[in-house]
Amino acid sequence: MIGIGSGLRRALIGLPFAWLLLFFLLPLAIVAAISFAESADRIPPFSLTWTLANYCTLAQGCLRVYLSSLGLAAMATLLCLLIGYPVAFAIARAPGVWRQLLLFLVMLPFWTSFLIRVYAWIAILQPSGLVNRLLLAIGVIETPLPLLYNGFSVTLGLVYSYLPFMILPLYGSLSRLDESLVEAAADLGARPRRVFRDVILPLSLPGVAAGCLLVFIPAVGEFVIPDLLGGPGTLMIGKMLWQEFFDNVDWPAAAAIAMALVAVLTLPLLIAQRFLEREGAA
Amino acid sequence: MSARRGGAFRIFALLFGFAFLYLPIALLVVYSFNFSRLVTVWGGFSTRWYAALLDNEKYRDAAFTSLEIAVMAASIALVLGTCAGFAMNRFGRFRGRLLFGFMLMAPLVVPEVILGLSLLLLFVAAQGLFGWPASRGIVTVTIAHATFTACFVAVLVRAQLAGFDRALEEAALDLGARPLTVLWRITLPGISPALVSGWLLAFTLSLDDLVVASFVSGPSATTLPMAVYSSVRIGVTPEVNALATVFLAIVFTIVTLAGWLMARQERRRLGAGI
Repeated sequence: MIGIGSGLRRALIGLPFAWLLLFFLLPLAIVAAISFAESADRIPPFSLTWTLANYCTLAQGCLRVYLSSLGLAAMATLLCLLIGYPVAFAIARAPGVWRQLLLFLVMLPFWTSFLIRVYAWIAILQPSGLVNRLLLAIGVIETPLPLLYNGFSVTLGLVYSYLPFMILPLYGSLSRLDESLVEAAADLGARPRRVFRDVILPLSLPGVAAGCLLVFIPAVGEFVIPDLLGGPGTLMIGKMLWQEFFDNVDWPAAAAIAMALVAVLTLPLLIAQRFLEREGAA
Repeated sequence: MSARRGGAFRIFALLFGFAFLYLPIALLVVYSFNFSRLVTVWGGFSTRWYAALLDNEKYRDAAFTSLEIAVMAASIALVLGTCAGFAMNRFGRFRGRLLFGFMLMAPLVVPEVILGLSLLLLFVAAQGLFGWPASRGIVTVTIAHATFTACFVAVLVRAQLAGFDRALEEAALDLGARPLTVLWRITLPGISPALVSGWLLAFTLSLDDLVVASFVSGPSATTLPMAVYSSVRIGVTPEVNALATVFLAIVFTIVTLAGWLMARQERRRLGAGI
C-alpha cells in the first residue's frame, strides 16, 4: 500500500475492528445467550439456563405485534418514498447554488433532537390541537377527529422523522444520472412520462432501495414514536421490548424479543450493506 | 409546454416537502413564547417559560451531563471513525473486511433498543466477571455513544477520502516525507471538512440520544433527553417548548456556521487547485 507502513495499517484497521467486536458484536452474542435464560428474582434478574420458554411465549403472544410493526414500518417507508422522490428529484434538478442549500435544509432536522421533533406533533394532533381547532373553526367537522394515539399518528411520526434518510440516497443516485440519456430519450420522441418510467426511474432504483432500507430497518424497531404518538392498538416491537425490560424487569424476555427482531432484520441488513457498499464505492 | 409544467411540479414538491419538515418545528418555537400554560391556545407573547427554564435545576444538571458525555463520545468516535474510514477506503482487501464493513454499517440502522439492550447486558456481564464497570453512568453512556456515532464518522471520512487527490500524498512521499508525516501533514488536513462535520455529527447524535442512554445509564447520570422524556411522558408543557427552542437555536447556529465554513474552505481549495 502506497504511503502507509504495515504497522500503521494494522493499527488503523485493528483499533476500530477490536472496538466494534467488543462493543457491537460481543454484546449481541450476550443478548443471544440471555434470550435462553430464565427470569429470576435476583441481581442481575435472570439465571442462565437453556430454555426455549421465552421464544414460545413470544411466538404465542407477540406475533401480532411483529406484524403490526412490520406493517407500520412498510407503510411509512412507502409514504417516505412517495413524498421523498419528488423532493429529491427537484433538488437534483435545481441550479447548482440552490442544490447545496436545499440538501443542507434536508439534513438540518436530522441534526436536531429526534425527541423534540416527535413531541412537536403531540400539540398539533391532540383533540384540542391545532389541526382539530382549525377544522372546527372552518366548520369541516363538528367533533374533534381522533388524530393522536393511533396508527395514523404513528405512521405520520415515522414518515416525518425518517424522511431525510429517504431523500439523501435518492438524491445521490438522481444527481449521478447521466443527463444525456434523458435528452436522448426526449430527442427520440419519448414523452416526459415515458422518459421518467423507462429511463429515470430504472436508473434511480439503487437509490430507491438504499433509501427504503435506511427508513424501514430502524422504523421497525422504533421506540420513541410509538411511545409518544401511539396508543394501545399500535404496540410496536421496540416499545414492547422496552416495557418487558423496564416495566416488567424481564430481561430474558426482552433479549428474546431483540433476537427475534435481529432475525427479522438480518436479511434487509445484508441487502443494505450491498447497496451502501456500492453507493460508497461510486 | 411540459418543461414549464415540470418546473411548477418540482417547485410544488419542494414547497410541500420543506413545509412538512419545518412547520412542526416552527410551531414548537412559536408556542414557546406563549403566555398560556396550554400549548395549543395562544395567550399572548411571553418569555416566562424561558425564565422557568433557567430556574430548573433538573434540566441544568442534565444538560451538563449530556454535554460532558457528548464531547467525550464525539472525540473517541472521531478517532475510531477516522481509522475505520481509512481502513475501508485505502486498504482494498484485508482479512475480515466483510465483517468489518457489516459492523460499520449495522449500527447506522439497527434499532436503538437493540444497541441499548445489548450494551447494557455486556456491561452487566463485565461487572459480574471483572467487577468493571463498578456502576453505570457517564462512562458507560460515553462508550455506548462512541460506538454507534463512530460509524457515522466513518461514512463521512470514507466519502471524503474517496474524493481526495492521492497525487499530493505521492508527491510528498517522493520528496522524502515519512508515511506518518504525510498522514499528519497532507492527508488529515485534506480531509478536515469530514473530520469537523464528523465530530459535530457525533456530538449532536450523542446529545440527542434517549434510548441507548436510558438502557446503559444508571441512577448517577441523567442525560438531557432522559430528563425531557420524563416530563414529556407526563404531558405537553411550554417549558419543554422553551428548552427545545434553545436547543434548536444552538444546533442551527453551530451547524450553519460549520456548513458555511466548510463551503468557504471548499471554494478556496477549488479556487487554488485549478
